Amino acid sequence: MGAYAAIAGIGQTEFSKNSGRSELQLAAEASRAALADAGIDPAEVDGMITFTLDPSDEIGLGRCLGVRDLAFTTRIPGGGAASVATLHQAAAAVTSGSARVVLIWRAMNERSAYRFGQPLVPASGGVVNVAGHGTGSLLWCMPFGAQTPATWEALAAQRYMEAFGVTNRDLGFVSVAQRKHAASNPAAWFHGKPITLEEHQQSRWIVEPVLRLLDCCQESDGGVALVVTSLERARDLQQRPVRIEASAQSIPAEVEVISNYYHPDLTVMPEAEGVARRLYAQSGLKPADMQLAMLYDAFTPQVLKQLEAFGFCRRGEAKDFVKGGNLDVGGALPVNTNGGLIGEAYIHGMNNITEAVRQLRGTAANQVASLSHALVSCGMAGAILTNA
Amino acid sequence: MSGGEEPTPSATRPDPVFTADAAFFWEGAARGELLGQRCADCARLTHPPRPMCPSCHSTRREIVRLSGRGTLYSWIIPRHPPPVGFAEAPIVALIELEEGIRLVSNVIEVDPVSVRAGLPLEVCFAPTRGGRAVPVFRPRRAA
Repeated sequence: MGAYAAIAGIGQTEFSKNSGRSELQLAAEASRAALADAGIDPAEVDGMITFTLDPSDEIGLGRCLGVRDLAFTTRIPGGGAASVATLHQAAAAVTSGSARVVLIWRAMNERSAYRFGQPLVPASGGVVNVAGHGTGSLLWCMPFGAQTPATWEALAAQRYMEAFGVTNRDLGFVSVAQRKHAASNPAAWFHGKPITLEEHQQSRWIVEPVLRLLDCCQESDGGVALVVTSLERARDLQQRPVRIEASAQSIPAEVEVISNYYHPDLTVMPEAEGVARRLYAQSGLKPADMQLAMLYDAFTPQVLKQLEAFGFCRRGEAKDFVKGGNLDVGGALPVNTNGGLIGEAYIHGMNNITEAVRQLRGTAANQVASLSHALVSCGMAGAILTNA
Repeated sequence: MSGGEEPTPSATRPDPVFTADAAFFWEGAARGELLGQRCADCARLTHPPRPMCPSCHSTRREIVRLSGRGTLYSWIIPRHPPPVGFAEAPIVALIELEEGIRLVSNVIEVDPVSVRAGLPLEVCFAPTRGGRAVPVFRPRRAA
């Protein structure tokens, strides 16, 4: 490898159910915090990356920050399932010389303004075509009553669970571990609120027989931002650099974002397997080299499938791996140590990336000891980050 | 294949989203026909529909009648929030058709406790609130 990119700064707003201010303001506050964290003048930003779904635009945010001369912008489709692709593309921009200081942001009033968990079908009649973000096949779901992210996820997960004998109770171990992490993370919405497996099992069905309420991420308001620059530059800034050791996207044939029903075998996650293959090949590392995994957890089954796709356990064995404290801070593989999207907040996956950065700096609320490599995955993209 | 139910003014099921490349599917369903898209040059069947064949890159398409027979691949029951347009929670299912393509649909006329992967199914049609229809599936009856 030649030059590396590094994460030099991270920032976020508070995570809430009603931010009380505009999404652009959330974006600006998170970005200001990330640039201050790095010690970079906002005027220096020359690259900007967000989601196709983000409601704020580059020019609007640039106007807030006083960005002088933007050289590079791009947006990633796929929503949270591709969130880590922002990092991959920032690294590509920096190492290619297209930009020197790339600002990544995602900010939304998702709970107070629109609620991702509600049906995407108007009660009053008519239809909504939600194509355009890697979601073009969702239209095949609406007339059949699959109208929410939980239903789309569950329809594929049911096959996985039946194939390997995974029960909803098994999934509960993921929620319990993550809520334990959230309970001791002051930034988490569920700070101070751990749950028991019994509470998980008593929470109401969202989608039978797959997801209960406590298997689902939260609807949240908030903003998260990261600053990516060259490793060389990052070494001269005020934070310990977090190097992007490897980064990748993977969208195998017939895979799609969430109504992901058309690839051959729904008991595997081919996109995460593709990311794993690329990350391990780029880095020369293997699953046993990771001391932390931040795994996209919009819903608990995704954590199990990613554990298998990245080789932390064998196919069908994640239901056992998630038990016995393996996911805890002192466990075999600490997972989602901020509480994840289930326990901390759902900022579309981005708050799982910033947690990996805090862990590698040694400043996390639930700090993992002796940490040098962290995996961050959202399914369709991933990265291996290091402080080494 | 069954002709299914007639559209009725009391239907509450959401209408399908029409797109240029998939309009044939819903137009067929409105007539009580389950249709698929086959490449006119290499005969590959594709779903979801698309304007180009991924094998030979032809844009020539044939619309073909499908058998309407398949098996259950996976299933769920949406409980909360209640799906818009359904008085009772439906069984949402992935159906693997004999032709080798997978459809999102509903399974009807079956007790949820007896739903299992591999259940043999056949198509019928259910009306939507705007006077259209969509293919749904019920346990296959002896031929």
